[in-house]
Amino acid sequence: MTPDRPFRYTHVMRPIALVFAAACSALALAGCADVWNDPYPSADRGKNIFYSAFTERPKHLDPVQSYSENEATFLFQIYEPPLQYDYLKRPYRLIPMSTEALPSVTYLDREGNPLPADANGVAIGFSVYEIRIKPGIRYQPHPAFAVDAAGKPRYLGLTREQVRDKRKLSDFAESGTRELTSDDYIYQIKRLAHPRLHSPAFELLADYVVGLRDLQSRLAKADTDKSAWLDLSQHELSGVERVDQYTFRIKLMGKYPQFVYWLAMPFFAPVPLEADRFFAQPGMSERNLTLDWYPIGTGPYMLTENNPNARMVLERNPNYHGDTYPCEGEAGDRDAGLLADCGKPLPFVDKVVFSLEKETIPYWNKFIQGYYDVSGVGGENFDQAVRFGPQGDARLTDDMQERGMTLVTAVQPTVSYTGFNMLDPVVGGSSERARKLRQAISIAVDQEEYVSIFLSGRGEVAQSPIPPGITGRRGGRDGMNPVVYDWVDGKPRRKAIAEAKRLLAEAGYPNGRDSQTGEPLVIHLDTTGGGVGDKSRVDWYNKQFSKLDIQLVVRSTDYNRFQDKMRKGTAQMFFWGWNADYPDPENFLFLFHGPQAKVKTQGENAANYENPDYDALFERMKNMDEGTERQEIIDRMVRMLQTDAPWLFGYHDVAYVLQHGWMSNRKAGKIIRGNMKYQKVDVSLREKRRAEWNAPIRWPIAVMLGLLAAIIAPAVISYRRRERERAIPDTRTA
Amino acid sequence: MLAYIVRRLLYAIPILLGVNLLTFALFFVVNTPDDMARMQLGIKRVTPEAIARWKSERGYDKPLFYNSQAEASAKFTDTIFYSKSIRMFAFDFGRSDDGRDIGYEIRNRMGPSLAIALPVFLLSLIVTIAFALLQVMFRATYLDYGGVALCIAMMSISSMFYIIGGQFVFSKVWNLVPISGYGEGVDRARFLLLPVLVGIVGSIGSGARMYRAFFLEEAFKDYVRTARAKGVPEMAVLFRHVLKNAMIPILTGAVVVIPSLFLGSLITESFFGIPGLGSYTIEAIQSQDFAVVRSMVFIGSVLYIVGLILTDISYTLVDPRIRLQ
Repeated sequence: MTPDRPFRYTHVMRPIALVFAAACSALALAGCADVWNDPYPSADRGKNIFYSAFTERPKHLDPVQSYSENEATFLFQIYEPPLQYDYLKRPYRLIPMSTEALPSVTYLDREGNPLPADANGVAIGFSVYEIRIKPGIRYQPHPAFAVDAAGKPRYLGLTREQVRDKRKLSDFAESGTRELTSDDYIYQIKRLAHPRLHSPAFELLADYVVGLRDLQSRLAKADTDKSAWLDLSQHELSGVERVDQYTFRIKLMGKYPQFVYWLAMPFFAPVPLEADRFFAQPGMSERNLTLDWYPIGTGPYMLTENNPNARMVLERNPNYHGDTYPCEGEAGDRDAGLLADCGKPLPFVDKVVFSLEKETIPYWNKFIQGYYDVSGVGGENFDQAVRFGPQGDARLTDDMQERGMTLVTAVQPTVSYTGFNMLDPVVGGSSERARKLRQAISIAVDQEEYVSIFLSGRGEVAQSPIPPGITGRRGGRDGMNPVVYDWVDGKPRRKAIAEAKRLLAEAGYPNGRDSQTGEPLVIHLDTTGGGVGDKSRVDWYNKQFSKLDIQLVVRSTDYNRFQDKMRKGTAQMFFWGWNADYPDPENFLFLFHGPQAKVKTQGENAANYENPDYDALFERMKNMDEGTERQEIIDRMVRMLQTDAPWLFGYHDVAYVLQHGWMSNRKAGKIIRGNMKYQKVDVSLREKRRAEWNAPIRWPIAVMLGLLAAIIAPAVISYRRRERERAIPDTRTA
Repeated sequence: MLAYIVRRLLYAIPILLGVNLLTFALFFVVNTPDDMARMQLGIKRVTPEAIARWKSERGYDKPLFYNSQAEASAKFTDTIFYSKSIRMFAFDFGRSDDGRDIGYEIRNRMGPSLAIALPVFLLSLIVTIAFALLQVMFRATYLDYGGVALCIAMMSISSMFYIIGGQFVFSKVWNLVPISGYGEGVDRARFLLLPVLVGIVGSIGSGARMYRAFFLEEAFKDYVRTARAKGVPEMAVLFRHVLKNAMIPILTGAVVVIPSLFLGSLITESFFGIPGLGSYTIEAIQSQDFAVVRSMVFIGSVLYIVGLILTDISYTLVDPRIRLQ
């Protein structure tokens, strides 16, 4: 123990006083700003910026690898495939993006002789798409294009040593650009076959694009040094032909009308050879300098900050060739103000800031404060934002209306369903018994109730796999599932449970028991649940099956095990869903195509449904152009599915998007991912509202400091009094 | 002491090997290389060929622990375990399954994690010690009883409540600080105020209860009574004598966590949008990125071992009777 030195009270109190003084000074300084909780730099105030958030970091930003929604949010603003969807018109319609017109298609027979445009699909050996891009389109500034005084590439011969101090693209002092040519599209198509890139579109497209699979075999053999650049320009792709600087042709095997939709995806966006070569230099990938991280495009925006740990920033591409806001839409668009900016140059906002927001509570609160311009409406916030009117129409709550918000809703091109494994001996197969069992369950599971309870109405109950807004989908009575519904008072009404019990009895399970053995019918439902609310969902499902006295056993596993069961076909019933790649019924009806069954071919037919009649119709339908004949075939296919009931057709998601009053031109449409260029922000109104809503309330600081003082002061007084007390009371008198 | 430290460091090698082995086994019990490939390649249209190529490129096509096809020592070295583990002992973490340099990510994210963890650690230590000493000073009074009740109440409340409640009250109702996010330079202080405050408040309950017990144990010992009898002021008795002699149990709990501060906080970083190592670990687990998971577990183990050694060393500093041999 150290000898006692004089202890001063100030030794302790001085630091406390200093902390108080520092806190008061900080607060006084903060008081200079009118808004304290603004999460953005003060230098950005009043600027034409669109603020949004992302919840999951993108894995791939290489257009040949990326295939998920959260990546599309960025990629579709940067890259320009040949085509795009009309922003306002529905059903979705393709229009040119970097091309002068929609591609022209020529059909050839198997010997290469031309066929008329209305040739029978069976006779068509090849389809040749000719695509002509607009001249004068230039790439965003990029160091891969930088040249020195002699016109030679500035950064295309770097050594590992020269790259050592580079960590991001802005570390390269110079940049350049060049004009987009047809070679860039051809180069990208070859990249689909690149053995190191694992494009998710390769397998499908290799079945159509002539020579693509052969190219991959040749590239795999040539790719001996995995660290070196594989120059694709040295390898021919027989199915793609360069006509001139602005024109190229793609030759497909057979007829594939859905191919044009692929031309609206980043898989067909141009990638310059220089970029591939630039990022393939020694030392680049070790420093995270890859095309997968730094996209290079000709679109309205370019990625200027790629920090998926915190924020991603898109800024206006100074070399953008320009585009104008559409002047035509669907009925109601003019009244909604969506045509007010007709013909104006795009994009409207200069910068888009995406902040990483993993949790819904801070996301929602920042939106309410005006720091995000738009927000989805999740289950947690639904009651706060939306109420239903007497007719069941969704309306904003008074609080949201007072804040000037508007609600945009749209049925999404998705389907969520509960599938039967058609390989299962109890629920599967094409026997009458199994079909009636599936039909009975389809009636008993009340999807309307599910949507109401668990989705707060954010879903439209499905009558078939095809969602609204997709060509080929029938609405009204024609589209109703007659196995499950009756048409009553102008709308479908779910059949009575007695009908389900009758079907169940005919299936050999009266009162939920096997008529031969007397054993209760037990059905297993596989899920990947475990999250919040999962228990109540399981309870609800048990209740639905108990209507038929069927015992339901829910088997909850992680997603890996669940996928494993699906691949092996050991699940009996399961939850799954599908997001459309493109707005064609083929993209939903192929989910029942026998040759694409999950167990047999690892395809997307998760129910393993096999029906030769259906498959034959599918083969015909997929190669047909839109028209009455195709519609009739689709109707027949849908009827087959409704009768065979391989799925309980669940629901189509309904997107609820809230936007602040300063936003305009927003129209919901999940298929249209390159929508950022249409968004418009009234910056002055946003600044005004933010200041109104976020004025700091200062009095709690004073109260908290006062409370702290109130705790400390009695202690100090008591301590000082105690220190002054005598051990023996002073009994002296004056 | 040097010999002791060297010996402890040598002990660390089998411990790290064991941790690595355990992490590897646990990870591959629930995730197969096929699952990892599917996670990286996406959900739609993934073919068995693409999965095979992905595994082959990243070395996940080998056996896990024992390669019966290989010759001699290659039976053990030509395996996923060996090829993925051995480089870590040289702190070469390689690349994540999506191709990013893990070492660079860790260096980048360490700063934000420390920016929260360090002030929370230091300030909460100061506040809890001060609060515990205050209770000891006024022991057996209503202030003490009230303090104990408050501590029990505070330690009974979930940390999530402090985070969500703090964000609601300070950021949403009073508009005093941003709800979440992270800034550059001096601006980042605005974003750190609330998580640090929440971190401190959340730790007071349990910390003060524990330290109060340590201090009370010392407060009735003879040397303290002697100091008081000599007329030493109570404040000096507490700070000079009681606090110093109660340091060993405090150090046991405090010093060991210092190196782990680099690893950040999983929940706090997620809710406050702090791009630290805590959120990096969570993301890696969610995306089944084994390269990142095993690197973070390895670093965590190393830091824990360093923490334990530092704790031992700190004992010698506060108690001259202790000698490390």
